[in-house]
Amino acid sequence: MSNKSTPTERRIILKNADDPNYSNKIGCYLREGGYSMLKKSCKMKPEDIGAEVLKSGVRGRGGAGFPAGMKWKFLDRKSGKPIYLICNADESEPGTFKDRQIIHKDPHQLIEGMMIAAYAIQAKQAFIYIRAEFFEGARILESAIAEAKAKGFCGDKILGSDFSCDLVVHRGAGAYICGEETGLIESLEGKRPNPRIKPPYFPAVLGLYQCPTIVNNVETLCNVKHIMEIGGDEFAKIGKPNNTGTRIWCVSGQVKKPGYYEFECGALTLGEMIYDVCGGLLPGRSLQAVIPGGSSSKILRADERFSGKLKDGTEFDWGVEDIPLDFDGPMAAGTMSGSGGIIVMDDTVDMVEAMANINAFYAHESCGQCTPCREGSLWMRKITQRMCDGGAREEDADLLLSVANQIEGRTICAFGEAAAWPTQSFIAKFRDRFEEKVKNPERKKSSLQLI
Amino acid sequence: MISKKNSKVVPIVLDGKEVEVPEGINLVDAAALHGKEIPHYCYHPQLSVAGNCRMCLIEMGTPMRNRETGEAILDDDGSPKIGWVPKPVIGCATNVSPGMHVKTESEKVLGCREGIMEFLLVNHPLDCPICDQAGECRLQEFATDYGRGYSRFVERKNVKPKRTRLGPRVTLDDERCILCSRCIRFCQEVPKDDVLGFVDRGSFSTLTCFPGRELDNNYSLNTVDLCPVGALTSSDFRFKMRVWFLKDADSICPESSAGCNTTVSSREGELYRITPRRNDLVNDSWMPDSGRELYKSVKSDDRILSSHIEQNPCTTDEAMVEAIRLLKGKNIGIVGSCKSSLEEQFLVNQISKKTKAKNYIRGHFAEDDGILLSADRTPNLRGALVSGFTQKYPKDNLLSLSQSLGKKQVDALLVIDEDLDAAQVDAANLDGVPIVFIGTQANTTSNRASVVLPSLTSFEKSGTFVNRSFYAQFFRQAVPGPAGILPDLSLLSRLLNGLTEDEEIIPDQNSVWKLMNSVRGSVLKGISLTDVKKEAVLLDSSKWSDLPFVEAKALHFEPIQKVEA
Repeated sequence: MSNKSTPTERRIILKNADDPNYSNKIGCYLREGGYSMLKKSCKMKPEDIGAEVLKSGVRGRGGAGFPAGMKWKFLDRKSGKPIYLICNADESEPGTFKDRQIIHKDPHQLIEGMMIAAYAIQAKQAFIYIRAEFFEGARILESAIAEAKAKGFCGDKILGSDFSCDLVVHRGAGAYICGEETGLIESLEGKRPNPRIKPPYFPAVLGLYQCPTIVNNVETLCNVKHIMEIGGDEFAKIGKPNNTGTRIWCVSGQVKKPGYYEFECGALTLGEMIYDVCGGLLPGRSLQAVIPGGSSSKILRADERFSGKLKDGTEFDWGVEDIPLDFDGPMAAGTMSGSGGIIVMDDTVDMVEAMANINAFYAHESCGQCTPCREGSLWMRKITQRMCDGGAREEDADLLLSVANQIEGRTICAFGEAAAWPTQSFIAKFRDRFEEKVKNPERKKSSLQLI
Repeated sequence: MISKKNSKVVPIVLDGKEVEVPEGINLVDAAALHGKEIPHYCYHPQLSVAGNCRMCLIEMGTPMRNRETGEAILDDDGSPKIGWVPKPVIGCATNVSPGMHVKTESEKVLGCREGIMEFLLVNHPLDCPICDQAGECRLQEFATDYGRGYSRFVERKNVKPKRTRLGPRVTLDDERCILCSRCIRFCQEVPKDDVLGFVDRGSFSTLTCFPGRELDNNYSLNTVDLCPVGALTSSDFRFKMRVWFLKDADSICPESSAGCNTTVSSREGELYRITPRRNDLVNDSWMPDSGRELYKSVKSDDRILSSHIEQNPCTTDEAMVEAIRLLKGKNIGIVGSCKSSLEEQFLVNQISKKTKAKNYIRGHFAEDDGILLSADRTPNLRGALVSGFTQKYPKDNLLSLSQSLGKKQVDALLVIDEDLDAAQVDAANLDGVPIVFIGTQANTTSNRASVVLPSLTSFEKSGTFVNRSFYAQFFRQAVPGPAGILPDLSLLSRLLNGLTEDEEIIPDQNSVWKLMNSVRGSVLKGISLTDVKKEAVLLDSSKWSDLPFVEAKALHFEPIQKVEA
């Protein structure tokens, strides 16, 4: 790997973000050709924009990776009810910090992408639902929207056309579950963010105020602008088939240069990301594990190997370092790229403690609506907490796995999986560490305080 | 209880057996129609679907179709290929569709139930020995039927408040709550009083009232009935009696003309509680809180417990002889009661006919809540019409009686359970008029009466009430009456037999019904006591469509539309 050149970033979304001469003011954005795509789009037929987005193959950047163009196609346009567009800026998956960069550094890009999307789906009203803790982000967005409104880029009669769509920033309610799209909708309606049961409450049909609604991630909506710039077909050439465009990866953990990096999908492997882009691990450390897509994705053990056949028929035999960073690569390795939050753990990490921290997060964030997640997440937390406090028992690993299996697939929303997958994968891959805890129950002096 | 009368049916395959179920119902109800239980906590057929308890998880699949041609894909043996949904689905939010396959007993389903039961119990206090719900608790039932039988939980349980006052009549034990949200949805959807909600999150979620509010609406106790566990308890019934000692009787609430179906529970002749009984035509599964208190009248201080002549206690026989002596040969005025059963009203009217008496009856009216407490606060005003006791709609007074007395057209009174003073009868006109009073509770009239004959409350006898929609509904005796008190039917038939020379009337329900059936033009023609005992029978009300009924539009009730002249 050492003789390979360091992969270079391809910045589309974050093109201007870190330019010292660039600010989040509208002047900078206009100087860089901003809002010209909105001008172009407003002269097109709305359905043609949707067709371009579908052609681009852009997949949702929020975590599930569902094709955005397809999502728009599911929209119920026959009901005659108003259509809403919501930008999901409730970025709260542990290990993820990409949307914040966009909002802080290039908010107008998001606004332009949103207004194009709003025009494409003919939305009457658009919202940015921003995470409660993003005080500064909300302030930046609000002043950016005011600037855009003053120039006629959003609000009434956009750019002199007949299309009007207001854009409002709504600050979240301080809970992870507010990022689940139906939970977000409930929260936006002013209620507890209890996710809705699907069926029947698919947002594209019965969303906000029981009207058809599209909820897209910040990064996804920014991509809409770039799709219009180069066209859907051209966009589809970036990255790999079925994994189009660039992705912003957020690397955290024990690497020398943690941070956010934008690459074409599949342009580099996980190993290249850790060792070349992020400068490798801290001196004298070795890789123990990686969580590739935010804390809810399944963990990978450093010495694991994956083999099988990809969807296109090519066979693969990968070590952890060889997993290509796109949507399908991590999927083939039995995990997911999720929200792009890569968490690197070196050999100093106590895996049971890491598990305890993840369980603490999910137990704290479970909304409490449905039984398996509400009770299961807290139970798992209590078990791992006890294990770290010197009370580990031999049967705990099996019990944890059984509890996680009782949650997965039985909940109202995907939070159940998010809470169960870490436990399932930790037990499957690091069972030895859980067994070791029974023999050596004392905590290391160097251990940090648990969450 | 889902109506099988729904004309459209769809075929589904339930655990390998092809069955037909009404179109549009969900899988929990569909399975119940065919004797399969899909256990559930949060689902209630008369509330919106929340889908949060996950107890009703089942396996479901639909016939696969070719995406392009729309044709059904067949298996090797020619049967339709079933696309099973990979994850279990909740039965309460899945509606039947033609050809749907459902597994309610597969290993996966049983595993789901075991898992959910375990989760529900990990933070449950397991305080059944001191819990009021014990014996009628869904957690107990389903833990026995679907649980694992042992606990794997060794951590500390969550601790929550044990006795929170939610309102004047409802007390909450937070630790027992399984957060099914039935009570919240009930308050939002039935009394439209959105006072309950959850605070905090995850396993620490707790049910509470909105700040500054209380669960004090007149339907609050329905949340206690709805609660599948022992979290919501009735402050009145709490710790009074173990439910397995209670004997239940199907009754009808005598509070108003809504005619809520109720279950009256007693032990050893003592009444303990009244709960609603499901009837989708009348009251769904609800009843007002105020109706649940009525059993207390049985033991109230003003209850008349023995016969009196001129306010001196005597035997029933002595009182009866005196009553007949006072009434015989007089111009009798009879004041009937809208609280009497249909059978009693019929007998009173027989007395009236035989003695050529004048009939008077008073209505008792108050505000209509538009749900199950109607403006007519008597259970059987329509019974007075059906039995023929009156043709006119009763007024809230007896001024016409007062006038008749003034003109000396009436010189003796038989009063059934009515307070003449309260009904605006001029007391001066009553001077010298002998009164025979039959009733349960003492009032100014019984205090003035020459003869008082005690009678029974609706909990101590059986009979028929006709509700606001003209449903004839039978109520059964829940407890025996106080010693020595004759049933109203016996009292009335003895009076009748004493006042006339005709053939004696046998005071039992069947004989009275035979007599009622034989009246020419009666709307009861062709309806037997057995029919009414079985279920609510809708009577033909067209005869009375011009009467000024006071009830407002309410649950399962539409007032008769008056055609504007």
